[in-house]
Amino acid sequence: MTTAPRPAGTPSRRRGFWPGRAGHLFVAAYVVLLIAFGVIPTGYAVYFAFTDAGDTFAGFSNFAEAATDFRYYGAVGHVALYLVCWLVSLVVFVVGLALLLHRLTWSGAGKAVRFLYYIPGALAGAASVLVWLFMLDPSVSPVSALLRVAGFGTFGQVVAPGHLPVLFTIIAFWTGAGGWIVVVYGALNNISPELLEAARIDGAGAWQTAWRIQIPLLRKWIVYMVILAFAGGTQLFVEPQLLSQASVGVAGRDYSLNQLSYDFAFQNDNVNTAAAISVELLVVGLVVAGVFVARSGFFDAD
Amino acid sequence: MTVRVRATGAGRSSGRRGRYAGLAAGVAAVLAAVTACGNGGSGAQGGFEPVPQTGGKITVWVDSTRLPAAQLYQQQHPAVQLEIVTYDGDANGSNYLQTKVSLFNRTRSGWPDVVFSSQNNEATWAVPAGFTAPLDKGRIPAATLSGWSAGANDPCTVDGTLYCLRNDLAPTVLWYNAPLMSSWGYQVPKTWEEYQALGQRVATEHPGYLVGTAGDNFTPEIYLWAGKCGANEITGPKSVKVTTTSPACTRMAALLDTLVRNRTMATSSVFSSDFAKNAADKILLLPGPSWFGGSVFQESFKTPAGQIAAAPLPQWAADPAPSVGNVGGGTWLLSAHSANLKDATDFLTWVTTSDEYQGEVSPGYPAYAPVVKTWLAKQSSSKYYAGDIAGPLRGAASQVWPGWGYGQFSQEAIWAATVTPGLTAGRTIVSMLPDWQAAITDHARSTGYEVGP
Repeated sequence: MTTAPRPAGTPSRRRGFWPGRAGHLFVAAYVVLLIAFGVIPTGYAVYFAFTDAGDTFAGFSNFAEAATDFRYYGAVGHVALYLVCWLVSLVVFVVGLALLLHRLTWSGAGKAVRFLYYIPGALAGAASVLVWLFMLDPSVSPVSALLRVAGFGTFGQVVAPGHLPVLFTIIAFWTGAGGWIVVVYGALNNISPELLEAARIDGAGAWQTAWRIQIPLLRKWIVYMVILAFAGGTQLFVEPQLLSQASVGVAGRDYSLNQLSYDFAFQNDNVNTAAAISVELLVVGLVVAGVFVARSGFFDAD
Repeated sequence: MTVRVRATGAGRSSGRRGRYAGLAAGVAAVLAAVTACGNGGSGAQGGFEPVPQTGGKITVWVDSTRLPAAQLYQQQHPAVQLEIVTYDGDANGSNYLQTKVSLFNRTRSGWPDVVFSSQNNEATWAVPAGFTAPLDKGRIPAATLSGWSAGANDPCTVDGTLYCLRNDLAPTVLWYNAPLMSSWGYQVPKTWEEYQALGQRVATEHPGYLVGTAGDNFTPEIYLWAGKCGANEITGPKSVKVTTTSPACTRMAALLDTLVRNRTMATSSVFSSDFAKNAADKILLLPGPSWFGGSVFQESFKTPAGQIAAAPLPQWAADPAPSVGNVGGGTWLLSAHSANLKDATDFLTWVTTSDEYQGEVSPGYPAYAPVVKTWLAKQSSSKYYAGDIAGPLRGAASQVWPGWGYGQFSQEAIWAATVTPGLTAGRTIVSMLPDWQAAITDHARSTGYEVGP
């Protein structure tokens, strides 16, 4: 067998000159946008966080001012409680529903359910919350009978402060979990059928297969989901802000740290302290992501 | 120069005034610096330096309710180039205006020339932010300014200088269903004692009917302000006196608790969907501001004509000095950054004083006294009300208790977040008065106020 010499100017020669340039161009566009709308604003926020209104270096005084505000620890507690509810429910129900979906033998049903799961995610965040504001008001809700059976006769009773972590979890799950179910379902499809078959031959039932084979192999996807959900959860804003408006203030407009930051910026005209809270959220998100990545072997090659 | 938000109690004590001098001087310095930065033109007018007056288009921001005012002005003044922008009017304390002005101050452009706000406390931030132009230093004639009802422009006055104009007043009166009261043989209560007694009779004789609601964010302003509860006495530019557990507070709170307990007082807001659906046709009495008649009964509840009447708000029998609360009443602000102050001032003057708008069209009780007669005649001619509401409204306008001020922090938001959830959960208002005081104190301090007992 002989190989004909490539003529000058063939694609392979150009790849040698600048290999993968199309890929670099696509990545470059993203990098430019990332720098413009991600890195520079983040740097600007860090600059604000360490300066005062006169643009002089202020050390950690903005962080101290945020931490000594009477609303700060309440907001930290609210966000922490919400994160526990949100992350636990997300992992348990997303993995559980994906496993059930994967066991559906009739492909038509599987497609239909995946589509149904995904529909809420198509609604923008604020629109989803507005849908829920109607759902939770017994006087207009299509499920008002259920709310009344549960003992709620008015919107004020439904949005009592003690119910907010659960309500925000339900709204967030309904809005965002469908996409994750589809992603985890895709990951389940990547597990070798021979492996599952071998487990079945060895006598593993559905539960043992899920617990000992499928969930361990989903570990990286679950970690990825938790990292993003954690970062999103710490930035809780739209849900309490809209609920506060709808409940004419009963839900409070300083429920979350992001709301507190917004209040500092636009109620107290104190952008520096607002930026300090934003930087804290960024640092917490990065640290938690780092811990999860390090302890899960997220970047390890299989 | 000192900066001082005028309110009851402010300036009564020279010692207190001296105590605030340092703080006031600081605020004045900030104000002067911001104003100087924001201007840059020459030709000072009473300490205010306008930007170069290039004329041209003026931009006015109004809420949907005030949109007809701007449209009517444009119709009558076709030569003025007017850009009308509608926004939420800072309804429910949204702080949209403050947010935008803060951003405009950073970008150094974009300020509207004239703005309507549904909040009365805008001067507390707009003056230090350098947004507002003084109105009484030769810009609007003193003869015109003297037409405002006594005390109406107090929230707009900082260190004796007027920085905004009150659009309307919103004193509280007692709205009631006249045919029902008559057919059931009830007398309209003149005292709070009679009001409570009537509520107790209604509870047994006509269960389901209401004599008021304690579920609104306005509850402290309708009841506790009227009852002379000193929860919000602004005593200086950045100082407030907060006392929520005085006898004046506890007896009004106890009255509310009694009527909530016997279910003649609702715990939901008149603006909530469940109130509109379940309680709107069960109102026998409803203490509320002057605009409840048109906005709540006529527009929201669609109560038929000939049913709703107004009476003076009840008073405590032993109190010889009548007092009412106030809920709302918007303000108009003129931008210090306007490049066409002549047209902007003309619009501002027209929209606040004209009989064509304030007397004939405006839904609220006018703050500018000369047009009140036209406005009241308009209400009477509508034939909507059972009887003449002019007397009670006119009387209430001069009885707003001056011991409740207009601070930068929102009393409505504090009440909604602190007291309303507890009320929904079955707690008494009396038991929550200390919590309310702590919440007011915390919010006041977080906005830079010195809080006194």
